[in-house]
Order: sequence, then structure tokens, then C-alpha cells
Amino acid sequence: MADAIDTRPEASAGERDPIAALLDQDGVLTAEAERDAPVSHEQLRELYRLMAISRRLDQEGLNLQRQGELGLWGPYAGHEAAQVGAACAMEQTDWIFPYYRDFAMAVCRGIDPGAILGIFRGLAHGAWDPYEYRFAPFIIPVGSQIPHAVGFAMGCTLDHEETAVLVGFGEGATSTGDWHEAMNFAGVFNAPVVFLCENNQWAISVPAKQQVAGRISDRAAGYGFPGARVDGTDVLSVYTVVRAAAERARRGEGPYLIEALTYRIQAHTTSDDPTRYRTDADVEPWRARDPLEQCAARLRARDAWDDAFAQAVQGQADERASAMRWTLLAAPVPHPSRVFDHVFAAPPEALLREKAEFVSGLEAEAGE
Amino acid sequence: MSTSTVTMGKALNLALHDALANDDRVLVFGEDVGRLGGVFRVTDGLQAEFGKQRVFDTPLAEATIAATALGLAMKGFRPVAEMQFDAFSYPSFQQVTSNIAKYHTRTLGAVNAQLVIRIPYGGNIGAIEQHSESPETYYAHTAGLKVVTPATPGDAYGLLAAAIADPDPVIFLEPKARYWARQELDLPLPPLPLDRARVAREGSDATVVAYGPTVQTALAAAETAAGEGVSLEVIDLRSLAPLDMDTLAASVRKTRRAVVVHEAPVFMGMGAEIAARLMHDLFDVLAAPVERVGSATTPYPPSRVEKLFLPDADRILEAVDRTREY
Repeated sequence: MADAIDTRPEASAGERDPIAALLDQDGVLTAEAERDAPVSHEQLRELYRLMAISRRLDQEGLNLQRQGELGLWGPYAGHEAAQVGAACAMEQTDWIFPYYRDFAMAVCRGIDPGAILGIFRGLAHGAWDPYEYRFAPFIIPVGSQIPHAVGFAMGCTLDHEETAVLVGFGEGATSTGDWHEAMNFAGVFNAPVVFLCENNQWAISVPAKQQVAGRISDRAAGYGFPGARVDGTDVLSVYTVVRAAAERARRGEGPYLIEALTYRIQAHTTSDDPTRYRTDADVEPWRARDPLEQCAARLRARDAWDDAFAQAVQGQADERASAMRWTLLAAPVPHPSRVFDHVFAAPPEALLREKAEFVSGLEAEAGE
Repeated sequence: MSTSTVTMGKALNLALHDALANDDRVLVFGEDVGRLGGVFRVTDGLQAEFGKQRVFDTPLAEATIAATALGLAMKGFRPVAEMQFDAFSYPSFQQVTSNIAKYHTRTLGAVNAQLVIRIPYGGNIGAIEQHSESPETYYAHTAGLKVVTPATPGDAYGLLAAAIADPDPVIFLEPKARYWARQELDLPLPPLPLDRARVAREGSDATVVAYGPTVQTALAAAETAAGEGVSLEVIDLRSLAPLDMDTLAASVRKTRRAVVVHEAPVFMGMGAEIAARLMHDLFDVLAAPVERVGSATTPYPPSRVEKLFLPDADRILEAVDRTREY
């Protein structure tokens, strides 16, 4: 692998924190940890089911873009374990602040994927009520959602709530000032935040080695709290460490940084051409670490896998993909005057007048 | 209610105090606002009275001061964040323009970014570089923000009270050279509307449009002009976004002449928008081109020469004279 980075989970010496201690040297849950904090067969099958649906929706998103129905698609293949594992590890009362690629997290939270696609079709800049799903909007400027999560979590502490806040971002985001500032605030205010870095090793064309010197997970120590690197292709490992970090945060023990090491199998977005900066040979070892295959292998090892389950899941995934497509295609283009709505909660008279002028202009044009 | 003479700094302090006392969701934070009471002492005594949970110092990171304000607003708090100086608000620019101003739109109206960012601004205090900026047009140009600036202690109280109660993000620009201006007030005052200008002085021969630090200068010019038999009307904008064009138009309809005054550079300043709007809306009424008085298209000058760049009464009166030559 031309730009492979050191994939060992942990470099720092000294006392291991109990969450990092759940993982072996490859960032995979130890057998002992698996025994101590069991995830039932049924739970693991559910994680597989959600990953399979997510993968199918990602494929459908790509298809829709290729067919001209979406302006853009940001594929997340390779991220299924990190996103599904982390989202499902949070309680329904917890909050999630996603980055723009965290589509599978939104699906896990029950947001209608067909509605979300409206963002990529150019219908609206948002698609859900964050309070309904406890899921903040996708944020485009890289890293800038991270301090929002910290502020929200500071508010949870002020309200004496036992709520944890998960925030997702890629490894490129760890170069932004917002990430460093947010990590610092989280440490200083002991905010109940689980920082989830989905290190897919590519920020468009820039490999992780050119993005970060050293390990991202080690950087938590500089902000006064622990971190761990987990195998981001293994849903059971991600689920277990995020659940432990969230429990820790809810107990008032402060923030935690999890670096989920995975790989962006597809292009950055449909506008990107990865053949300009990497080869199939670079990608191949990570295809072999496919999150769904690994989860299926775990289920087989537990004797909790059968063809009927696999077929049922595939059937559900196809149904969800079809429903997503038809929801998207049935959604009307909102009236252009909607652009004036929701600029303000209490819009000034001046803006209302501007809207009225815009509408009468449209009507005059239509009348011609 | 009691009558007392208060400075603008004290009026702002009292507005924050009363907001903290009346609504337990109000939070005040920023750099040095706690124990120190802020470098201008606007938050003096607030932490001692309301505690470190509600009035607190943050790390020195303006972007995240703004961003955590957004997160806290989303959680249902009413954050009032302080930027220590005008130029130090620039690190928070992405958070303000890309997230705070657009969060209500992005959530289809579900989340109100109900927060206030207080920024001391303007020059004329003999400061070193980066402490005398006039950043108002950056913010006024960004849809989704309300931008207000008081010129008097009473307005400082009324506008800040209204800004904290308003459901939208408000950029609250405090003319730092006026922090020590005094006014006799009956406090507490009712909140002021966030979208209305005020007629600071009535007149009939020309309208001088000013805001924040230049209102006092405009009033001084009007006083001088009155001695020379020229009657100037002075409009204090109070709100820079939105612009109260009704009040401006009513005045210019009467005087037929307008001069816009600000400390910011003339180029692409508030005066450009106001002149364009007046020309468009009152083309038949105007007796002369709208004049603008402001700074040069240079970085803010060193303090020993700043007074030559800032609008003063003479430059305002010269501009008035130019409008009266037509």
C-alpha cells in the first residue's frame, strides 16, 4: 500500500485506560472484553442488517447520481462498521453531530433516507428536525461541527443531564483549528463528548500520512483525556468501545477520542477521480477487510448466520433502496420563495418585503 | 426604577445583569469575562453574582467561543458571547457566516440560533493595530444575521436586552470609544426594536446618517451648523441589518439631501448601500448626490494619525456643504 499508515492501535506507553484495554494490538476487541461486555447474537445480527441496508443505500445513491437524479453523492462504502457501530452504541436520549458522510448514522437514527437525498438533489439545504431525531444537520465546512457538539455537551452538563454527545468527522478534519479548539474546550469543560474520527485515510487526494504526523488517537492525551484506535472495519469492536466511551461520558468522566481506522473504498464524491492519486492495488487489501464480510464471519463463528437471514436482509435492503429512490423522485421542487423562509425565526419586515417582490416578479413572469 | 447617570459600559453591564436575573437560560462567556469582568469591565461583577456556571471564562479561541454558543443555543440556552476586540472576531468568521447565520435555514426552521455575539468595535482610542476595526459590513452582508449598534447608554441597554430576547443570531457591535459616554437613565428600560432607526435630532436642510461611534460626531456637527443657520437632521441607524429605510426615506423626503458617516472605509461601506437605496427610492426627491464620509481604503492608521482619517464634525459639515451647492 503506497500510502499505508502504521495501523497499530496504540503507541503511547504508560497506564492503559480501560477502554483502550478492551482492544488488542490490532484494535480488535479482545476475547475477554467480548465476554465481559457481551453483544447478543440478535444485536450483532441487527448491526449486520443495518450495515447491509446502509451499503445498499450507498449503492443506490451512487446509481441515482450516475442517472442524473442527484447533483452529487459522497459514497461511504467502507464506513459501515464505524457509522452503524457508533450510532447504535449511543442511547436514543444521546445526541449525534454528524459530518457530511455520516449517512448511515442518519439511517440508524430513523431519518427517511429519501428525504435526506433532497439535499443532494438540490431541493433544500436540510431535511430533518434535529430535535426529533437527536441528530444535528450535516455540516459541509470540514470540522466546523465539532465545536457545536462540544457546546451542546457543555449544555447537557449545565442541565445536569446524563446525555452523551457523539461527533463524527474524518481524519482531514483533525487538521482544522476547529478540531483542536473543540478538543481543548472539551478537555477544559469536561464535556460529555465522544469524538469519533472515521480515519478513512484519504482527504480527497491527500493520504493520512500527509495529513497527520503520528497517531490521531494519541492526540487526546494532549488535551487531557484518553483516546484509542479501534479497527474501524469491525462493527463489534467499534460498537463496544463507543458504548463504553459514551457510558463514561454520561457518568461525568469527560470526553473520549476514538479513531476508527478504515478506508474510503470509493471516490471522495462523484466529482472526484481517485485514479489520479491511488491504484486498485492500494484499495485491494481494504476490500478484503470488508465490514459486512467481517460481521458475517463473526456471526458464522457464533453459529448465528444462515442463508435465510442473509436473504431476508438483502430483500429488506433492496426494498429500502427502492423506497428511497421513489421518495426522492416524488419530492417536488419547493416553491422558489421558500428560500426566504427560515432565514430568521423572526424575519425583519425588510426581508418579508423582499420576498413579496420576488414572488410578484415570478407571477408577472408567469403571466407573460 | 431609579434615575442615575450611567456610562455605556455600565448600561451594557446592567442589561447583562438583568437578562441573567430574569432568564436562567442566559449565559455570558468569553475571554476574561469572569473574574476580571472583561477588558472593558462590561461583565464586571456578573460572575460573582451569578456564579461560574453562568458567567465563565473560556480558552482563547474565538471560533469555538462562537461555535459553542451555537451548540448551547441548540440546547436551549441563551448565550451571550464576547469577542474581546473587533479584529479578534475574525477567527470566528467561518462559524458565524457558515454555521450560525445558516443553521435556522439548514434545519428548516427547527433550530433557532438564538445567541448574541458582542464585539467592541471602532477606533479613536489610541490603540495599537487590530484594536480599532470596523467590521460591520462583513456581518451586515451575511444573510441570517441581525446587526445592531448603539450610540448611547440608553440604547445600549435597550438594544442588548432586545438582542438577548430575539430568537435569531445578533451581532452586537459596541462602539468602544463611547464606553465612557454618560447619560441619565431610568433603569430598567424596555427593549428596543432591532430593526428601527431613530431620529437623533430633527432638522430640515440635510440628513446626516450615522451609527455607533459617529452619531455623537454628527450631533456635534449639527450643533455647529445650527449656529450658522443650517438645520441638520441626524439619523442614528441603530440597526445595520436590516436597514430601516422607512425612517431614512421619511427624513430625506423632507431634507432632500443626505450625508452618510461611518468610521469604516468609504469603499463598499454601509454608505454605499444607503446611497444606492436613497438614489433608487428617492431619485425624484434628491436635490444632490448622497455624500459619504468615512475612512480611506487603507488598513486602520496608527493612533498618532487616526484622527485625520476618522470622520469629524468639519468633514461632515464640508460634505453637507457639497450637497447644498446643488
